[in-house]
Amino acid sequence: MKHLALLRLAVIVLAVAAVEVLCRKGVIDAFTMPAPSKILADLWSMLISGKHNAAIAKTMSNAGVALGISIACGILIAVLVHRLLLVREALDPLFATYYAVPVIAFYPLLIILFGVGDAPKIAIATMLSIIAVIVNTLNGLDRVPRVLLKTARIVRMTHAEAALRVTLPYAMPYVLTGVKFAVAYSLIGIIGSEFIMSSDGIGFEIAFAYNNFDNATMYPLIVLVLIISIGLNLVISIWERSMLGRRGLR
Amino acid sequence: MTDVHVSLRNVSKVFQRHGAGGAVHALGPIDLDLRTGEFFAVVGPSGCGKSTLLELIAGITRPSEGEVAFEGKAIGGRVSDGIGVVFQEDACFPWLDVASNIAVGLRKTSMSREERASRVDAALELMGLRDFRASYPAQLSGGMRQRVCIARTLVMAPRLILLDEPFGALDQQTRLLMGEEVLRVWRETRATIFLITHALDEAAMLADRIGVMSARPGTLIETIETGWPRDRDSRVVERPEFGGITARLWKALRQESLKAIGHPKASP
Repeated sequence: MKHLALLRLAVIVLAVAAVEVLCRKGVIDAFTMPAPSKILADLWSMLISGKHNAAIAKTMSNAGVALGISIACGILIAVLVHRLLLVREALDPLFATYYAVPVIAFYPLLIILFGVGDAPKIAIATMLSIIAVIVNTLNGLDRVPRVLLKTARIVRMTHAEAALRVTLPYAMPYVLTGVKFAVAYSLIGIIGSEFIMSSDGIGFEIAFAYNNFDNATMYPLIVLVLIISIGLNLVISIWERSMLGRRGLR
Repeated sequence: MTDVHVSLRNVSKVFQRHGAGGAVHALGPIDLDLRTGEFFAVVGPSGCGKSTLLELIAGITRPSEGEVAFEGKAIGGRVSDGIGVVFQEDACFPWLDVASNIAVGLRKTSMSREERASRVDAALELMGLRDFRASYPAQLSGGMRQRVCIARTLVMAPRLILLDEPFGALDQQTRLLMGEEVLRVWRETRATIFLITHALDEAAMLADRIGVMSARPGTLIETIETGWPRDRDSRVVERPEFGGITARLWKALRQESLKAIGHPKASP
């Protein structure tokens, strides 16, 4: 286990080191990509100067709103769909093929519907992430053993109590898997929309820097997005693993 | 000690199947009186509706016909106060530690915190789980998880305990020892126990009376009194009468078991 983690770290370090060497030797010219060490230094000074704090806050708050809607509505929809057998059977194939639809292509339509601003971006991000929550929550709800539901009845829980105290806690690790996907999808949705048509946010700043050959801004922002996304993913994974470990499922 | 605790009058259960197949007559008609404080076991071939019978008494299934009464009051599709159930499958909540698992049923009562804690402590003590109160079910063996489920039932101070093949998933030695624990619980709580099992020796060792069920639709075809003393333990298997009781059970059950597996030697 520990060896594997070390090996993984070594692969990443080696890859970054290789790029560093190629950049310094001039194989990759500075106009294409600055050396990783330079990118990190640029990122550091960018964060300290606070130049892009507004853009970062904008993107994060929009993604946060989309994520919040996806988690709350996604779980609620999953619980309802799970109880309505006919609806479930009708929707299952749609859920399964949902990610074949390039949601981002609806962006112009959403601008017509919601106007220019945060709403269409949040709509795209929510459309992308909510299905991951629904599908994974449904998967968890399907696995709740019948005996636990019978036990809930024996100790005289109401339907609502059984849902909150038995069904959802049982499905929680599966819900978390959905949330993990939803974090990534809501960031993709927001940043992707900012690229296309927007005047603020990290995506806009990356596109703006790209159009102005401003590598000292573009690469640090890309790295920042990576760090945020992977960091959040890591935190949820740790939570998920401790939960599974306690249940003897790891 | 001989008054009627649970009574079933002309009870039948028919399951309505949607689509092809129509209705399935699963059980009955059954007439049965459980005496207050007795240990009653039911044996029957697989698929005879034993578990349905237990669910009818528990109040989680409604009879299609007839009436089930607990302490003189009709059970109408809801679980009555004073009834506890232990199932064959592991019913521990994997996200709760042992103490919280045991306290699950106490949430709704108007009991004080101290009262709850002392009941949980007493149940932990009785089931030999004192050192495991903070453990999670995944850290326990199958037999210990089943003890947690029994303790969860005991904290509610049930007057009637229903056991649905509670040891079916355990190995033979553990089953014998768990049988002793159930006898001890039975003596200390003075509750009525209704046990469903497919193991003839288990029924013969534990019960005061044993009801034998027919193949589906299950009805009671015979009731056998064991005559064991109240302070018995698993060593009743050494007694000469034990073999006789098991043999009588098998004699009553053999034809029904052949029917249940669709054997050609089964008489119609």
